[in-house]
Amino acid sequence: MKLKGSAWKFGDNINTDEIIAARFLTTFDPKELGDHCMEDIDKDFPKKIASGDIMVAGKNFGCGSSREHAPIAIKGCGISCVIAESFARIFYRNAINIGLPILVCENISAQIKEKDIIEVDLVGGIIYNKTQEKSYETDKFADFMQEIVNSGGLMDWTKKKGLAKK
Amino acid sequence: MGFTISEKIFNNHIKGPKVKAGEFVYAKVDLALGNDVTAPIAIDQFKKMGAKKVYDRNKVVLVPDHFTPAKDIQSATQAKILRDFAAEQKITHYFEVGRMGIEHALLPEVGLIKPGKLIIGADSHTCTYGALGAFATGMGSTDLAACWVTGYSWFKVPQTIKFIYKGKFQKWVCGKDLILHTIGLIGVDGALYKAMEFAGPVIDRMSIDERLTMSNMAIEAGGKAGMICPDKITFDYIQQVCAEDYKGAQGKKKWAADMKKWSELKSDPDAVYDQIIEIDVSKLEPQVALPHLPSNTKPVSQVKNMKIDQVVIGSCTNGRISDLRIAAQILKGKKIDPKIRCIIFPATQAIYLQAMKEGLIEIFVKANAVVSTPTCGPCLGGHMGILAKGERAIATTNRNFVGRMGHPGSEVVLSSPAVAAASAITGKVTDPRAL
Repeated sequence: MKLKGSAWKFGDNINTDEIIAARFLTTFDPKELGDHCMEDIDKDFPKKIASGDIMVAGKNFGCGSSREHAPIAIKGCGISCVIAESFARIFYRNAINIGLPILVCENISAQIKEKDIIEVDLVGGIIYNKTQEKSYETDKFADFMQEIVNSGGLMDWTKKKGLAKK
Repeated sequence: MGFTISEKIFNNHIKGPKVKAGEFVYAKVDLALGNDVTAPIAIDQFKKMGAKKVYDRNKVVLVPDHFTPAKDIQSATQAKILRDFAAEQKITHYFEVGRMGIEHALLPEVGLIKPGKLIIGADSHTCTYGALGAFATGMGSTDLAACWVTGYSWFKVPQTIKFIYKGKFQKWVCGKDLILHTIGLIGVDGALYKAMEFAGPVIDRMSIDERLTMSNMAIEAGGKAGMICPDKITFDYIQQVCAEDYKGAQGKKKWAADMKKWSELKSDPDAVYDQIIEIDVSKLEPQVALPHLPSNTKPVSQVKNMKIDQVVIGSCTNGRISDLRIAAQILKGKKIDPKIRCIIFPATQAIYLQAMKEGLIEIFVKANAVVSTPTCGPCLGGHMGILAKGERAIATTNRNFVGRMGHPGSEVVLSSPAVAAASAITGKVTDPRAL
């Protein structure tokens, strides 16, 4: 599966309050949440981006609260993938569970510029920078997690494995 | 090679050969918690999957604490989703407004947390329960839903960073200062994917309330858990809050059996740690974390003339009775600075009642503070004390991210109850030793 879009850059320690502020947590509608995604950093972010665009961030992306509203908001506003140097633990699980593609890539912040055209090969784990004509390799998922990703998220994995209590 | 307490707890919750840090496990979960923000998504996922019944109605906990008492129609709707689900599934541990409290203060208080349990919660501060020797970690709503269906969750057994605290606290220095200092030292991702284990003579002497504060903020360093090996202080606390479980001859037997089990819950001397960090607390001063990261810590004595507009004392971090006692000790007979607001929220109904009995509420009201019903409200910028653009609060809460307590142009300074109370009197960030 290949994703393609413009890069939108963010720094280190982007927290879930910045991704979606608590004042919007009284709903879990993806569109409504998406309309306020990253609002406290960049008020116009959801309007500026095109569907399929890609977020590129530094270390510890998604730190803070456990709110699944954060990856839902990112997906809801049209972002197709988040690439970061590292992810906070709960956000990482949440993104995998709801089917928001995320990739870990060392030192990626220094290499991709805002609005670079990026193509991501999720299966091969390769990021192509079309603007700079460069490519970068990403960290592989652990086998166990790849299984969940391949199933299309945690609930489908649980179903497929027949783990539900009878 | 020995095991850490975290590895031991995982091994007690799986079948098959013993595991070590780094391995993936599919482990049985003893308690699975959600609140009015996270549980509605879990309930939606649960239903979408076609599930009919939760794995154990005694092991699912629902606490509407974030936007309650409901602040508007939307939040009332979210809370109603919980209420209806709790009734439909006959959930034993559903805590309605008036019987509830902030989840991480409430669950230990009502005896739901015991050493050795494996607990997940769709709330990042679930790590609080590590203070009682339970392995507890925050997850999202979908993880919670899957656990409600199966009774299990997948984990990567974490590596551990051990912190050994030595020396003696100076006056007004407490567990909150120590955890802020620790986060300042290792950074907001210093313990990413890892368990933090707090140990040493300082922890051995520390009260349960302060231990809960320390474990609560493990997540602020990226920690998966904030573990403290259970000891006599833990067992005395459990005996008190779980008195019902250990009544009569049968109860005595159960206590003896539990004590035997829990005495094993120590990290082995030859356990393998990712890192061991020793800290002498003797020179530690009361701390603050300045905007906008919990790791942006400084001794409060180095902060000069930082004006504030609001003081918040409470939350799952510092809303327990000993926190209120410290605030009352400082506020007794004093008045809040006329230009600012001070909001105090006891974390549970029981704490509220105890504060009333001890005359603390009267001290607060006479000092011109407002005392709120238990709620997460202001801590996450939900309701009951939102900041306007350009305003600054000092709070005993756990996060000071951009916009955390309201407008993105507002600021939060984190501190202990003593520093917050002292600041309430002067209207600026104040060292309680300088009063």
